[in-house]
Amino acid sequence: MNRFRPIAAALIALLALSAFPAFAEKVSITYWQYFYQSKVDLMNQLIENFEKANPDIDVEQVTFPYESYQQKVAAAIPAGEGPDVVNLFYGWLPLWVKSGYIQALPQSDFSADYFKKGFYPFVAESVNFGGKNYSVPTAVRTLALIYNKRLFREAGLDPAKPPKTLEELAAYAKKLSKYDAKGNLVQAGLLMQPNGQGHVWIREVLFRQFGATPYSADGRKVTYADAKGAQAFKWYTDLVTKDKVGYPNFSTDDVTAFKAQVGAMNVDGSFRIATLNAVKDLEWGVAELPSYKGVKSNFASFWTHSIASGVEGKKLEASVKFLKYITSAEVQELWLQKVGELPATPSLSAKYKADPVISVFLNGLGPAHATSYVDEAGQRAILVDAVDEVNLKGGDPAAVLKAAAAKEQKLIDDFWK
Amino acid sequence: MTLATKRAMTAYAFLALPLAFFLAVRFGPMLYMMGRSLTSWGLLRKTSSFVGLGNFREILADPVFLQSLSNTAKYAVFGAPAVIALSLGIALLLDLVPRGKGAYRLIYVLPYITPIVAVSWVWRWMFQSPPLGVVNAGLAALGLPAQEFLNSPRQALPSILAVNVWVELGYCTTVFLAGIQTIPSEVVEAARIDGASARQVLRKIVLPLLAPVTFFLAVMEGIQFLRIFTQVYNMSMQATGGPLNSTKSAALFIYQKAFVNFEMGLASAASLVLFAIIMAVTLVQIRVLDKKLNY
Repeated sequence: MNRFRPIAAALIALLALSAFPAFAEKVSITYWQYFYQSKVDLMNQLIENFEKANPDIDVEQVTFPYESYQQKVAAAIPAGEGPDVVNLFYGWLPLWVKSGYIQALPQSDFSADYFKKGFYPFVAESVNFGGKNYSVPTAVRTLALIYNKRLFREAGLDPAKPPKTLEELAAYAKKLSKYDAKGNLVQAGLLMQPNGQGHVWIREVLFRQFGATPYSADGRKVTYADAKGAQAFKWYTDLVTKDKVGYPNFSTDDVTAFKAQVGAMNVDGSFRIATLNAVKDLEWGVAELPSYKGVKSNFASFWTHSIASGVEGKKLEASVKFLKYITSAEVQELWLQKVGELPATPSLSAKYKADPVISVFLNGLGPAHATSYVDEAGQRAILVDAVDEVNLKGGDPAAVLKAAAAKEQKLIDDFWK
Repeated sequence: MTLATKRAMTAYAFLALPLAFFLAVRFGPMLYMMGRSLTSWGLLRKTSSFVGLGNFREILADPVFLQSLSNTAKYAVFGAPAVIALSLGIALLLDLVPRGKGAYRLIYVLPYITPIVAVSWVWRWMFQSPPLGVVNAGLAALGLPAQEFLNSPRQALPSILAVNVWVELGYCTTVFLAGIQTIPSEVVEAARIDGASARQVLRKIVLPLLAPVTFFLAVMEGIQFLRIFTQVYNMSMQATGGPLNSTKSAALFIYQKAFVNFEMGLASAASLVLFAIIMAVTLVQIRVLDKKLNY
């Protein structure tokens, strides 16, 4: 029996320790994000730095494949098994706030003023629900026109002079498109991928440039289906159906087609910089999104960090500290260098005015809007289907857009019901 | 205790474990799901309440669910008979082949033993528009116009269906071949001696004797096509059952409701509807086909 005594003693000691957390010196918190190599590597480095500066805090990073990320979060948080600090797309915020996955950030550390001073206005707007702030990002992203310089030269176009207006864009796209003997498109002048960035280009850029307002100020009324919005939508679908410069899923999708150099131009985000740089022999350039009648617009989005609901006491303190660190100016710059996403703090941008690629995306932040989604995937699918209705079923763009707006309105109404 | 009861007890004892496993893994979750289909359970809500048949009303009024049911019906109505007719034909022909039967059989079985995800992706690429897709390159070589296949709301479902028929052929052909080999040769020979033509032997002897096999395959393939998922998920654009929901099967609809929208209550209700349909179809098959089996 004596043999078991030390074990019993150890067990009792362990129980005692866990019963009095004050004795346990280290606080451990977990951080969840989806798997994206450069982000995961950088986060490991950040955690190391943070733990060095805060020896009493232990941070563990857990990652999941992007496809199953939301599922894991949805299953884990209600069960109380989830993360303390969690990374999410800003478009999921309304849903996550409503479902009670995440808690409002402490007013003392993240005041309205804190956001006003340190972040772009669309960030402050997007993370605020009922006067409370729920999330804080490290980096933001915008769209730009990316183009293949070699294909420009082949078509007799000057790679130093990308299109500046929508009219020029359409003209360039026609010149850059190639067809086989049967008239099948074999090189797309402009990649048209609504389920890529196409739907936000329509939603926040084209609608606005043609004079429509996509949503009411509070985001609860869909207002894009007026005559001007229909004109914008028709301009987009005409490129597919009449000019045939590209179509959805050409060469599987826009990114694949651009990398394979069978697509000459694409509207894509700053998050693609690293991907495109990794492609051998791809000479690509980047230009601001073309304007229309002098109107510029852009779509901004961001991944952001929140604290899960139910986190309290020491863990909450540690989480706030960690959150402050991973959104600090120092980390924002590291993030730009390692991941390629733009700093969420305007004052940091000034340094990169001379960078030929980053400066273009940074310029996009000026006229940028961030859609206040209630169901990002659902709202995206509606515009994607609308383009298909016109392209595959020969629907009238104005009528199709009206039906899409009604569908989206119902989605939004159901959410706020 | 008699020897017979002892034996029975032993058998029951050994069967108890698989039974317990079956109850825990199959029936338990099924009963749980039936209960959950009456609640508003969703992973995005903190509470769930009893809503009666509300979920059933909601999904049966959802045009996308109705379309997915009609798509599922198309998969089953065209798919299962096509597989059975084709595989029966192939099996009968294979039976006539004197040499290389094994090689032929292997060729037909290969697609069935290849992972469906791999098969789906290969076909997805073969169906691509010019200049990528092999199928369209073939059409072009024959001087025919390019087809949209998976990109078209009219052609996408038949394209996926055709691939699935091709995959299932291997399995059905093998089963039919085994069935043909169980037909006693004396019966056929006797018929031949009595002067029956090859056609008569086929219609009066081979096909009736294959009825049990055909019946088995009709039920299995019916179920297979009614719950089609993997092919649709992997071959339709962006795994959504598109374009415009034209290929979405009921199983894919349920998956999306449960694991994309996290509406578990609605997904449970939709599962039960699909379950009821599969059961009804199978019962009808048993009724109708079983009658014909009693020769």
